Amino acid sequence: MNSQTNLSGARVVHRSVSASARAPSAQNDALARKMRRRGQKARFSWLVPTLYIVFLLLPIYWLVNMSFKTNAEILGGFSLFPQNPTLRNYMVIFTDPSWYSGYINSIIYVVLNTTISVAVALPAAYAFSRYRFLGDKHLFFWLLTNRMAPPAVFALPFLQLYSSFGLIDTHIAVALAHCLFNVPLAVWILEGFMSGVPKEIDETAYVDGYSFPRFFIKIFIPLISSGIGVAAFFCFMFSWVELLIARTLTTTDARPIASVMTRTVSASGLDWGVLAAAGVLTIIPGALVIYFVRNYIAKGFALGRV
Amino acid sequence: MLELRNVSKIMGNETHVSDVTLALEHGSLNVLLGPTLSGKTTLMRIMAGLERPTHGQVVFDGKDVTGVSPQKRNVAMVHQQFINYPAMSVYENIASPLRLARLDKATIDTRVRKAAELMKLTPMLDRLPLNLSGGQQQRTALARAIVKDAAVVLLDEPLANLDYKLREELRAELPRIFAEAGSIFVYATTEPSEALLLGGNTVALSEGRITQFGRTIEVFRRPDDLKTAQTFADPPLNTLAVEKRDTRFLLDGGVAIPVPDEARSAPDGTYTIGFQPHHLSLSPANPDAVGVEAKVTITEITGSESFVHLAYGGFPWVMLAHGIHHFDVGATITVFIDPRHLLVFDSDGRAVRRTPLAA
Repeated sequence: MNSQTNLSGARVVHRSVSASARAPSAQNDALARKMRRRGQKARFSWLVPTLYIVFLLLPIYWLVNMSFKTNAEILGGFSLFPQNPTLRNYMVIFTDPSWYSGYINSIIYVVLNTTISVAVALPAAYAFSRYRFLGDKHLFFWLLTNRMAPPAVFALPFLQLYSSFGLIDTHIAVALAHCLFNVPLAVWILEGFMSGVPKEIDETAYVDGYSFPRFFIKIFIPLISSGIGVAAFFCFMFSWVELLIARTLTTTDARPIASVMTRTVSASGLDWGVLAAAGVLTIIPGALVIYFVRNYIAKGFALGRV
Repeated sequence: MLELRNVSKIMGNETHVSDVTLALEHGSLNVLLGPTLSGKTTLMRIMAGLERPTHGQVVFDGKDVTGVSPQKRNVAMVHQQFINYPAMSVYENIASPLRLARLDKATIDTRVRKAAELMKLTPMLDRLPLNLSGGQQQRTALARAIVKDAAVVLLDEPLANLDYKLREELRAELPRIFAEAGSIFVYATTEPSEALLLGGNTVALSEGRITQFGRTIEVFRRPDDLKTAQTFADPPLNTLAVEKRDTRFLLDGGVAIPVPDEARSAPDGTYTIGFQPHHLSLSPANPDAVGVEAKVTITEITGSESFVHLAYGGFPWVMLAHGIHHFDVGATITVFIDPRHLLVFDSDGRAVRRTPLAA
């Protein structure tokens, strides 16, 4: 008896709630329609990025695909997957000195160049960010104009200059030549990062008793470490992909991989598979380096001014 | 003793500090009081050695240290921004000046812990400064300045970027900390109330010049000139141009204010009188009070007090009235000036008072 009244009471309450919910139904319907439409929009929102990624990755996928195929398959037909997967192409690269020495040469001059560029750019960027001197702004802009000329412009003067110093076909020649592009870039990136550090930190350190070198190494470098990472990455990348100057200044001993890749015509024709494998291996260092600075890349592209 | 002798600093064609001569004693607290751009920071940077004066000398304990670099000066400095070394823990931050002084580990440890205790940082010693609140970051900076036992400690508006509560809290602690150390403290601020709370001496600055230097309370009560009185008043000092006739200042409308005793002997003529907002009231504070009619421009109510902004002739006044008062904008009300607290300045802005016979 008691429980029944309770039940009916509950039902009454329930009904009254549903009645009140029905009252402003016109507004609710409109809201629901809007939400449904937005839901439909959201259902296709994956489309554009997916297409974008597919188009971006397609050539890279095709390169990887080819690198595992035999030459016969590459030339014979069209297949999305390697029908007879093979590692022969990679074996050729890792066993033939004319191939793997290309990678070694490239890595040597790229690392040399990155080290020199960052080491030279650090004090320069500090001066630009901290001191005012005659023509500082002009000099700073002039640095960047070095990047505006195509490398071909410099190929000829470099060739004669380096040959007169007997530097042709050495790693240091390419490393130094690439500094022309990379030092200004590193200065710009590092200056941006350094200007983000308040000048008062420098002054507090001097007042605390830090000498300049000690302050620079112990306090300042850790503060801009991400900037150094980004600058190094950009130097690495530009030096790694640059072909024209690197090829002009080298003949055999310091020949970079990109140059090796352009001369793969052998007696039996073009070795497509080996070329594809070389391409895959050329992408890997850049991908590795980008992984370490992935969080700062955007700031780097904005030259540290974000 | 830290002395500045005829120090000037000119950058480009801007004069930041102009002919400053100042002597600060060991164990003293000196407040540099002045509005922004009055040269407080430049003066501190000159004392720290971060900037070289264009003219003049900086002398410390009788030795000329004008061109000496900050590393060799035995100074410490705290900025308005919270400046710490982000890559080091709070402990390492506080310890860094001691490590540079090549003290042994045990000494460093005891001194760091003592400074941390003083600044209530003991639980945060292992954390990185950027993970602390603003107040804790600034306390770290203060601890680093104090742990060094520097001869001169420079504090450039250290509390300006802190929120109200923390500012009150630290401001209450600072005098105690200053008292414990025997250093020359220099404390820059734009707030007159901060100077009064800290006590010590005050250097009133205006446009790169020292307008007055003396005990804080003296400078506040008996400013030497109108500039100092204006610097040292928040809300701004009320001023009024008056004609002195014998023992009375004549105002428009036949109102007369009795001339304070110490200005009685001054010759007749035009003077500027100044008085603080709390010396203006709605009812006469004493029998001498003089009522004048002024127009209300705005009323600001801050809890238990009201700031009534008035216009009297062409002069903007502020009255600090206890309690909550509502006035219509444009209403004319009678306010009373307390003549016992008048500051009298001559036409050059110099305070008029009887010069003591025994100078």
